[in-house]
Amino acid sequence: MSGADSEKEAKSSAEGTAIEEKVALEVVEKKIPVYVMGRRYEVPEGLTIMKAMEYAGYKFIRGCGCRGGVCGACATVYRKPGDYHLYVGLACQTVVEPDMYLTQIPFYPANRASYNFEELKPAPEEIFKLYPEIFRCVACNACTKVCPMKIPVMDVISYLKQGNISKAAELAYDCIQCGLCTSRCMGELPQYHIIQLTKRIYGAKIASRSQHLREADEAIKSGSYEEPLRELMSIDEKELRKLYREREMEPWEAGEDWRPKETV
Amino acid sequence: MPYPEELKKFIRKVEKTRPGRIEKRKRGEEFPFMSAEEREEMLKYHPDYKEEGRREIKIGPNKGYRIAHEFVDLLEAKSRVDPDAVDLSQVDAVTDVLIIGGGGAGTAAALLAQENGAKVILATKLRHGDANTMMAEGGIQAASKGWKDSPYFHYLDVMGGGHFKNDPELVYTLVTEAPDLLRWFESLGVMFSKSPDGRLETMHGGGTSRKRLHSCADITGADVMRALRDEARNRSQDIKVLEFSPAVELILNEHGDCAGALLYNMDTEEYFIVKAKATILATGGCGRLHVQGFPTTNHYGATADGIALGYRAGVKLKFLHTIQYHPTCAIFPEQIEGLLITERFRGAGADVLNVDGEKFVNEREPRDVESGAYVKECLVRGKGVPTPTGKLGIWVDSPMIDIIYGEGAVKRLFIGKWKIYDRQGIDISKDPMLVYPGLHYQNGGLENNANCETSVPGLFIAGEVTGGLHGENRLMGNSMLDVHVFGRIAGENAALYAKEKAREAKLTLDHVRVYHKEMEEAGIVTDRVAPMLLPDYTNPEVRKRQLTAHYVGTLR
Repeated sequence: MSGADSEKEAKSSAEGTAIEEKVALEVVEKKIPVYVMGRRYEVPEGLTIMKAMEYAGYKFIRGCGCRGGVCGACATVYRKPGDYHLYVGLACQTVVEPDMYLTQIPFYPANRASYNFEELKPAPEEIFKLYPEIFRCVACNACTKVCPMKIPVMDVISYLKQGNISKAAELAYDCIQCGLCTSRCMGELPQYHIIQLTKRIYGAKIASRSQHLREADEAIKSGSYEEPLRELMSIDEKELRKLYREREMEPWEAGEDWRPKETV
Repeated sequence: MPYPEELKKFIRKVEKTRPGRIEKRKRGEEFPFMSAEEREEMLKYHPDYKEEGRREIKIGPNKGYRIAHEFVDLLEAKSRVDPDAVDLSQVDAVTDVLIIGGGGAGTAAALLAQENGAKVILATKLRHGDANTMMAEGGIQAASKGWKDSPYFHYLDVMGGGHFKNDPELVYTLVTEAPDLLRWFESLGVMFSKSPDGRLETMHGGGTSRKRLHSCADITGADVMRALRDEARNRSQDIKVLEFSPAVELILNEHGDCAGALLYNMDTEEYFIVKAKATILATGGCGRLHVQGFPTTNHYGATADGIALGYRAGVKLKFLHTIQYHPTCAIFPEQIEGLLITERFRGAGADVLNVDGEKFVNEREPRDVESGAYVKECLVRGKGVPTPTGKLGIWVDSPMIDIIYGEGAVKRLFIGKWKIYDRQGIDISKDPMLVYPGLHYQNGGLENNANCETSVPGLFIAGEVTGGLHGENRLMGNSMLDVHVFGRIAGENAALYAKEKAREAKLTLDHVRVYHKEMEEAGIVTDRVAPMLLPDYTNPEVRKRQLTAHYVGTLR
C-alpha cells in the first residue's frame, strides 16, 4: 500500500467518526488508548500525536519543531493492531487513532557530501560523483511509501539517474528533510541530502537568473536613489504622512505591463 | 475531519455571495481602504492597545516602560544559574565569532562572518534551522522591478506600516540592500517562483503600494533556510554548529565588552563556556510566551530568550510594547489552531468574510488594522463565525483563487497549506478557511543601529530579537528581508570587530549579580527564571505526580 493510500484510509476512518466527534468535544473528552514506544496511555480523542504525547506527560526537547508541518523535526512511524503496514506521519499533523503504537524518529544518521557549491557545474555527473550510492537504488519504492509529504521520492532519484535535474527538483520541491526515506532505504541512499543538492543546483545554475533584479540592484549601487531616499529621511512626519497617503497604488488586478504615472 | 454540518451551513452563505464578489474583483472594484483616521480608530480593537494587558517594568535600562505582562515576567526573573557556581577560568571553547541562534539571521551571519575570515561557533537551542524563518510563508519584499518600483516606495510603505515611528537609517538599509540579498539567494540556489525567462513573480501584501512580494510558492522561508543551512554545512571547517545548546547568559569581560556566553547542553544538562571575540545575538521572537493567552504561529523555541539575555547585559528595549498579531491564523479544526494562513491568499484575491458571507474590510490593510477589524467584527459587531470548539472566526475564501486563476491554482500556489488541510479532510480549493488573529511577530526588541551594533561593545544583534526597524508594525514580507539583510551585516561586522577591535580581559558575570541585586532592591520576590528556553505544555496532572522532579522554570 502506498503512503497516499494509507493516508486515504486514515481519512475515511476519521470521516466515519465525524458525527461522534462533535459529541466528544462537547462531553469534553472521550479518551482513547495509544502506545508510545510500547507504553499505554489514555489520551483525549482528536489530539495530534504531539499534543497527545504532551498530554501523557512528555516534554519535548527533540522531536518537536515548528508544530506547523514544515520543519521535519517530528517524523513518526506507527502501526495499528492486526495490520502489518507501517504508517508514517508528522506528530504535529497526525491525529491519534485508538490503539496506534508509535515512535518518533527525531534524528537519523545519513551520509552528507560536502562540496564547493560555487564550483559545481549544473551536470548530473556532479551529483553522481558526490553521491555514487545513487546507483544502489533498487527501485523498491519504500522511500515514496514512507514520505509524509507524498513526494514521489523514487521517481526523483530515477529522474536524476536519467540526468533530469530540473524535473527532480520540481518533484521534490517541498521536501522537509525529515529523513524517513533514508531510514527505509535498502540501497542506503541519503535521499533528502541528494534532493537538497539537486534543488540548489537547479535554483542557482539551471533556472534563469532574474535580469530585472540585477538591474534594480545595480541602479541602487550606482547611487540612483540616494538623493530621493535621503530627502525622504530628512523630512518631518507630517510631510512624510502626506507623501504616504498620496502615493500611487498599483491596482490589485494590474498585469505585469502596469506603469505608474511617476517613478522615483 | 471535514467541516461539520453546523459550519457547512455558513459555508453555503459564502458560496452564495461568491459569484458577485468575483465579478467585482474582475471589474477592479475593491472594498474601500480606510482613511488614516479610520485606521487609528480601528487600532483600538487591537490587543496591543489593551492597557490591562501590560504593566511597568521595575528594573533595568527601561525601568518604567509598560510592556506585556509576559515580557515583564521574563525580565523580572533570575538567571537560570547562580553566577557564583560558574567557574569562568574553565573555558570550554574559544572562537572569533559566537552566534546565538540558528535561524535565518544567525545562519546568514555565520556565512558572512566566515567569508570575512572568522572562525565561527553557531549555538542553537534546537536543530540548526528550527526557527521562525523556516515557517515564513508569504515571501520577501524587494523593489526588483525598476519600471514601476524603487527603494523610495518601499521606504514609504515600511514607514507607513510602522506608524512613521521606524528608525530611518535601519529602513534605508533594509530597502537598499533588498535586491542584493535576493541575488545572493539566487546564487545560493533558492528556487524562487519565476517565469522561464527569469522574471520573478511578485504579489501585493498588506500595505504595499507596488507588487513586490517575491516567493518560493508558499514555503519561502523553508526554501531559503534550507539553502543557507546547506551552505553552512559545506563550510563546517570554519562554522561549528552546536545544536540543542541554547545560551542562558551572556558573558562580559572586565572592560564591559561582550566576550561570549554560557551555554546549556539540553541533552546532558551541563553548562559550558564559549569565549568569543565577538558575539551575535540572533535568538528570534516571542510567540511561545502566549501574550494575553493568544495562540501563535511561531516555532516551538520562540520564547524571547535574547530579550532576557540582552536586557540583563544592559541593552535597551525599543517598541517592545507592540506585538504583531497575524490577522489570519487557523482557528479550526483544533488540530491546526494557530497555523499561519499566509497573507498571500489575500494578496492573490481571496476575500475575508463574516458569518453572513459579506466583506467588512479590505483584505490588504496593514496587519495591525486588519487584525483590529477581525476582533471588532467578532467581538463587537457579533458577526464572527462560531466554531464547534466554541470560538469565533473569520472566513478566508480561498476557492476564489481557483476561480480567478483557473482550477489547480490553490494547489500550485499554496501547496504547503493545501497538503496540511488535506490531511484534515478539507480541500481549500473548494472550501474556505476559518481564521482569527494570533501572535506572529515581535515588532520590537533590543536596540541596534544599522551596523547591528548595540550599546555593549562586541555584542551584535540581528533579526526578530531587534527593535526599531519595523516601528510599531511590520509589513508582510519584510521579516524575511530583515533577518537576512541584518544577519549578513552582523556577520561581517562581527568578523571585523573580532579582527580589529576585540580586547582581551578577564571574564565576568558581574552584570548578572548586579541585576539580581536590582531585583531585590525593587522588592521583586519570585522564583521565575529566564530565559524560558521552552514553553510549558506538559500536562499539569502529570506534573503533580512527578514527586521527585525539580523544575527550574519550565524545564525539569
